[in-house]
Amino acid sequence: MTALREVAVVGAGAAGLHAVEALRRAGYDGRLTLIGAETEPPYDRPPLSKHLLGGQWQPDRLALRAPQALRELDLDLRLGVRAERLDRQGRAVRLADGHRVRCEAVILATGVRPRRLPGAEAPLAGAHVLRTLADALALRDELRPGVRLLVVGGGLLGAEAAATAVGLGAEVTWLVSTAAPLAAVLGTETAALLAGLHREHGVRIRQGVARAVTERHGRATGVRLADGSHVAADAVLMAIGSEPATEWLADSGVPLDDGVACDAYCAAGPGVWAAGDAASWPDPRTGRRRRLEQRTNATEQALHAARNLLAGPDSARQPYDPVPYLWTDQYGLRVQAYGSPGDADRFEVVDGSLTERRFAAACARDGLLRGAVGIACARALRDLRAQLAAHGPWPPGAQ
Amino acid sequence: MLVHIDQEKCCGAGHCVLAAPEVFDQRDEDGIVVLLDAEPPAELHQGVQDAAAVCPAAAIRLERV
Repeated sequence: MTALREVAVVGAGAAGLHAVEALRRAGYDGRLTLIGAETEPPYDRPPLSKHLLGGQWQPDRLALRAPQALRELDLDLRLGVRAERLDRQGRAVRLADGHRVRCEAVILATGVRPRRLPGAEAPLAGAHVLRTLADALALRDELRPGVRLLVVGGGLLGAEAAATAVGLGAEVTWLVSTAAPLAAVLGTETAALLAGLHREHGVRIRQGVARAVTERHGRATGVRLADGSHVAADAVLMAIGSEPATEWLADSGVPLDDGVACDAYCAAGPGVWAAGDAASWPDPRTGRRRRLEQRTNATEQALHAARNLLAGPDSARQPYDPVPYLWTDQYGLRVQAYGSPGDADRFEVVDGSLTERRFAAACARDGLLRGAVGIACARALRDLRAQLAAHGPWPPGAQ
Repeated sequence: MLVHIDQEKCCGAGHCVLAAPEVFDQRDEDGIVVLLDAEPPAELHQGVQDAAAVCPAAAIRLERV
């Protein structure tokens, strides 16, 4: 073990929490500072668009650790304060409240910030994003029966929010820019199944490109589309993706390329590590730089960065080669996916069937398994995951 | 060691089953965690601790006894 005495983790979401936990578990007993811009102790974000937005859960259920478990980590916990600057030479993080946190090593886990549409770049009543607990509570306040909600963006967040809102009695329009929303993530077959479910439940799916949020008397009234038409709404949810929250690192010397540009070991220069939504790294499967906005990746990458940080010499470090996992809950169904099903051109059901909405499918391309996706077939999916982890050919046994 | 699971929080990633297959399983219909052994023997503790640490939903809680 290296003789580190001062480590800071910037970002107190899932990645930040798992990083500090992993450092302590590995025996690091020096000073450990966890810095978070939000005031809440580390909490879980995936339920925001589901149980929290739907009202089944109250905010206290989101806590990732009980207060006692947090205390046992013996952290210098700085919540509600933003990191403003990383001074690599001086080995310190400067905070918005003027404090300097000295650190011989730092893990950057500042996550992402949701994109906003023109017309609603500054806060506007009735125009929402969904990233933080405060965002979710503000949107929840609007979702009464009969309210017209316009969800902009054909990703998983938009899909989940649309499903939750329609369940609360809202009149939901889901504005998507492609004919097959979610196909890039889940593959066309599963995406089509989900789109069908949305329609069955009364969500109106509309294809178009949002240009700007419109407003009247300081409140959003809908969205203007690229074709000039206007979609009126009582509330708008902008679920159009996000940007890594890395502007504060602009003049730090830390390499930035789609977030903090890590090497294969989660490192971004001497003493600098990164994990979670804000970190990109060269994916050994494709050789391409990749950044994952996935809950499970936040955990795994943080554990990995922490382990490599403590590993000492470069030779003891392990490259990061995860099998990505994501899930989404919509209309009582849970879709689970490993790897990158959206990158495949071959879809082969290995258990169940799409029509019974219970299936596991292998997603392959160029003779290689690229992903697995399914509903209610956890065991078959786990078998496919093992093949993904082994970089297995498809069909199995083929060369 | 006492193991507690929260099935409502579980996201079905299956990481616990990979870390400690003697202690955790998944329901096939939704991947939700099933506890096979709430009081696992000492030789399984390391795997169970790994499972709790990697659980992305913080759905596993360990109690010292």
